[in-house]
Amino acid sequence: MPEITYREAIRDAMVTEMRRDDTVFLMGEDIGTYGGAFGVSAGMLDEFGPERILETPISELAIVGAATGAAMVGMKPIAELMFMDFILLALEPLMNQAAKARYMFGGKATVPMVIRMAGGSGTGAAAQHSQSLENILMTIPGIKVVAPSNPHDAKGLLISAIRDPNPVCFIEHKLLYKVKGEVPEDEYTIPLGSAEVKREGTDLTVVTSGIMVSKTMRVAEKLAAEGISIEVIDPRTLRPLDTATINASVKKTGKLLVVHEATKIGGWAGEVFAAVSESDAFDYLDAPMRRLAGKDCPIPYNRLLEAAAVPQEADIETEIRAIISNAY
Amino acid sequence: MENWKKEEFDYYETIDVHQKGEELGLSDERMIEMYRTMLKIRFFEEMADKLYALGKVHGTMHLSAGQEGVAVGTGFAVKRSDFMLNHHRGHGHFIASGADLGKMMAEFLGKDTGYCRGRGGSMHIADVTANNLGANGIVGGSLQLAAGVGIAIKHRKTDQLVLTLFGDGAANEGIFHESLNMARIWNLPVLYLCENNQYGMSANVNRVSAKTPFRDRAAAYDIPYILADGNDVLGMYEHTKKAVESIRSGNGPYFIEASTYRYFGHSKSDRNLYRTKDEIEYWKTVKDPIDRMEGLLLKADILTVEAVKQIHEETVQEIDAAVKFAEEAPEPDAKDVMEWVYA
Repeated sequence: MPEITYREAIRDAMVTEMRRDDTVFLMGEDIGTYGGAFGVSAGMLDEFGPERILETPISELAIVGAATGAAMVGMKPIAELMFMDFILLALEPLMNQAAKARYMFGGKATVPMVIRMAGGSGTGAAAQHSQSLENILMTIPGIKVVAPSNPHDAKGLLISAIRDPNPVCFIEHKLLYKVKGEVPEDEYTIPLGSAEVKREGTDLTVVTSGIMVSKTMRVAEKLAAEGISIEVIDPRTLRPLDTATINASVKKTGKLLVVHEATKIGGWAGEVFAAVSESDAFDYLDAPMRRLAGKDCPIPYNRLLEAAAVPQEADIETEIRAIISNAY
Repeated sequence: MENWKKEEFDYYETIDVHQKGEELGLSDERMIEMYRTMLKIRFFEEMADKLYALGKVHGTMHLSAGQEGVAVGTGFAVKRSDFMLNHHRGHGHFIASGADLGKMMAEFLGKDTGYCRGRGGSMHIADVTANNLGANGIVGGSLQLAAGVGIAIKHRKTDQLVLTLFGDGAANEGIFHESLNMARIWNLPVLYLCENNQYGMSANVNRVSAKTPFRDRAAAYDIPYILADGNDVLGMYEHTKKAVESIRSGNGPYFIEASTYRYFGHSKSDRNLYRTKDEIEYWKTVKDPIDRMEGLLLKADILTVEAVKQIHEETVQEIDAAVKFAEEAPEPDAKDVMEWVYA
C-alpha cells in the first residue's frame, strides 16, 4: 500500500469524488494557483478548472452561505476555510441556515456540504490562527463534526463526508498535514459516527482525537514496555459520537481519560463523561474519570507557552500514571 | 405631504392601462389576476392577524400588508422554475408565486399539513420542491444563500435565476456586500430585490443608512440598479421584467430597490411609536397598491364595480376555505420532534 501524507489523502478524497460526481466542487480562498494555504488543493485547478475549483474573495460568511445555498439546490460543495478560527465569521450560515434548513422546512431540504478547516496549535500562529473550536461546532443539532487523526482515516472519512446529505465540519489538524501513512489508492469510506479502537488494552481507556491520537499512542507504547496496558479510542467523528464503543471499552478497563486539544470548559470530554455516567458503564468505573484538555487561555505565541497551553506527551504520561496508581 | 399626494394622483391619472398592458404583454385577464392576487395577499394577512388575536396563531408574525405591489409585480415577472429566497415578511411573495393558501394557513397554525409540517411557522414557509427556498428569520439570510444558488444555476447551464428578497434593514448587514461582490465577480444570475418599506423594525432607513436610496451601493459592485415604486404593481412588473431579461441574457446580477410601506407594525409586539398616524394614513390612502390597481382597471373598463365585488367575495371564500383546511388539520405528533434533524 502506498504511503502518502495526510494532505495528499485529503486531496485524494476530493479528487476521487470530483471525478465521480459532477456536482462536487471546491470553493475557498487561494485554493487555485496557490494550491491552498496548506497546499491541500495543489494541482486541482489544472484538472478541474476554475469553475469547480472556485477561488473566492476573503468573505468567509459568504463562502459558507454560498456553500449552503448551492447544497440546498442539489450541489455538493466542499468549502475550505483557511484556518478553523475563521469559521467564527461564518457561524451564522452554518448554524442558523445549514444546520436548520432540513428541520425548519419540514424535512424537504437537504444540505450536503462539507466545510474543511485547518485547526490546532503548534505552528506559532498564536491566538487567532491556532484554535480548536470543535466544542462550539458540536453543540448544534443538524451538523456533523469529523476530525481525522491520520491519512487513512482522512481519505475514508472525507469521502463519506462528501457523500453525506448533511452539513459536515471536517477538521484537519495543521501538524498532521505532513504526516505520512498507508492509504489505499482505491476509493473507500469510513462511516461517520464510528469510533476506532486504535490500540487494545486492559488497564485504562484513553479517548482522544486529532493530533492527540498519535501523542497518546506513543505514550501507550512506552508504558506497554512497563506492562501498563492502554486502550486508545479515536472517535473520528465527534458528532455523532460513538458512545457504544467508548462505553464498551470503559466496561473492560474500568478507567477513563479523555485527551483533547480543545479548551477544557465546555469541552467535549464532558460529553464523553456524561455518556459513560448515563450508561451501565458507570458501574464499572474503579477510578474517577479524568480529562486533559487545552488550557482555558488563548493560544500564546511563544514556543514554550504555546506548548504549555495544550496537552503534551509528558502530560499524558503523567496523567495516565496517576490514574493507574489510584492517585485520585 | 399634500404636494406629494397631488403628484401621486396626477401620475396615476396619466396611466392608460390598456396601452400599458399592451407594452408589457399583459392581457386584461392577466392584469385582473394580478389585482386578484394582491387582494388575496391582503385578505390572507388580515385573516392571519385575526387568527393571531384569537390565539390560534402561536408566536409572532411579520405582516406585509401594503407591500402587495412588490410581491405581485415581481412574482408575475419571474417564472415558477426560478428560485426564490425569501425574507421574514414574505407571505405575499409566496402567495404571488402560487403557494397553496391552505398549506400556508396550516403552517401558521402549526399543523402537520402545513408547508413545513408545523416546524417552521409563518417566518419559515418554504416549498423547496417548488423552488421556494424558504423565508428566513435572519435579516440578510437570503443574501447569504443567493450566490450559492447562482453557482448551482450556472453549473447546470439553465436559464433560471434566483430572486433574492431582502429588506432595507438587510442592506446594512455585512453579507449584503459580500454577496453582491460575489455575484458580480462570478456573473451570477441573481436578482437582488430590496424591498424598502422604510423601517427596519423601528429604525427609519434614512437614519440608519449612510446614503439612500441604495443606488450607489449597487454601483459600487457594478450591478445595474433601478429605483422602483413598489406600490405600482405594473411598474414593478415592468422593472422586474427588464431585470429578468438582462439576467437571462447572461449579464449577471441586477438590483431593484422597491420603495414601499408596511401598514401593520414590525411584528406582534409593535406599538408604532416610531411613526405617525398621518404617515401611515398617507400610504394607505394615497399609495395603496390594491386601490391604485383597482382604480386603473375600473377606469379602463377592464373591471366593473360588480366584477370587483365578485372578486372580493371569491377571495374571501378562498381564504375561508384555507382557514377551514388549517383548522381541521391534525397537529404534529410530539413523538416526531426529533425527525429531520439529520437527513
